[in-house]
Amino acid sequence: MSTTTTNPQTLSNGHRSALSSGTPAPDFTLRCTPDQSVSLSEFRSRPVVLAFYPADWSPVCGDQMALYNEVLDEFQEFQAEVLGISVDGAWCHAAFARQNKLHFPLLADFEPKGAVARAYGVYDEKGGTCERALFVIDPNGIIHWSYVSPIGVNPGANGILSALEDLKAKKRNDRRDK
Amino acid sequence: MIKSLTLPDPERDHIHGSADGSIKLLEYGDYECPFCADAQLIVKEIQQRLGDDLLFAFRHFPLTNIHPHAEHAAEAAEAAGAEGNFWGMHDILFENQAALEDEDLATYAAGLGLDGTRLIREVASSVYAPRIRDDFKSGVRGGVNGTPTFFINGERYDGKVDLEHLLGASGGFA
Repeated sequence: MSTTTTNPQTLSNGHRSALSSGTPAPDFTLRCTPDQSVSLSEFRSRPVVLAFYPADWSPVCGDQMALYNEVLDEFQEFQAEVLGISVDGAWCHAAFARQNKLHFPLLADFEPKGAVARAYGVYDEKGGTCERALFVIDPNGIIHWSYVSPIGVNPGANGILSALEDLKAKKRNDRRDK
Repeated sequence: MIKSLTLPDPERDHIHGSADGSIKLLEYGDYECPFCADAQLIVKEIQQRLGDDLLFAFRHFPLTNIHPHAEHAAEAAEAAGAEGNFWGMHDILFENQAALEDEDLATYAAGLGLDGTRLIREVASSVYAPRIRDDFKSGVRGGVNGTPTFFINGERYDGKVDLEHLLGASGGFA
């Protein structure tokens, strides 16, 4: 059951190559619409949820992105920014986002294909797509939690929310220690 | 407060069947989700077969961006529940998934002998929206990734949603 593997204390589920907790998150600049780009570094000072998924339009992904779309209010309670990312192009993302009324950006890891997924250690060479991987990045740009789900399994949002809670508690403790 | 994310809470949830039922089936669902409408027939059959051994509870998990009528439908079920007929509305909504406009909801309320005007007023002013959000949040934290999601005695059921498998997992025999 995937619910047992989302404990933030484990910080990573032992995926062979995915970047794990404590690693600086590689910066990137990718298109989020056909004429706009975003960089990870723009989101410094707040947590970022990076959700790699294999493809627009495939059934489980639809569910996963549709779910995050509904959970945005909870993510926003942590001031967290959610970014979906796959190897699909910006026009494809635009159509997919419109169809599902998504209210968060989808980034195109399109050219060179999968370069960002490779940097995070979650590119599936065989399938030519991103794996289904989640990263919670802290406000300083350090990976706080990562999780790679089996490709056909929607990992849900519980692990992300637990990681964001953990991050918030850590920040509170750090403040108290100062 | 919801006591358990994955077990029915007879004090809070809408429950069907015996509160002492040894098999506790909890569904997170969305009235505009076609898979939930299919699952509804299976749940009915399971309820019939297991009788008093089963305690069934339903919590709302509306995916409101892809199902624009799901939120009001859920609120209508809650409004009907406030007048004592949650399950009557629940059944009608699943049976009429293609007609979930506010006027339709009022018609269904009237058909159940409820006050349709009051129901629409409550839906329009989001009286039950916080409760539905609580259901939704408990689902997210309990491991619900989509609809329908079932929990049998507190364990998420990841198998096929058909009579044979769901009934089998619930301790009955198809």
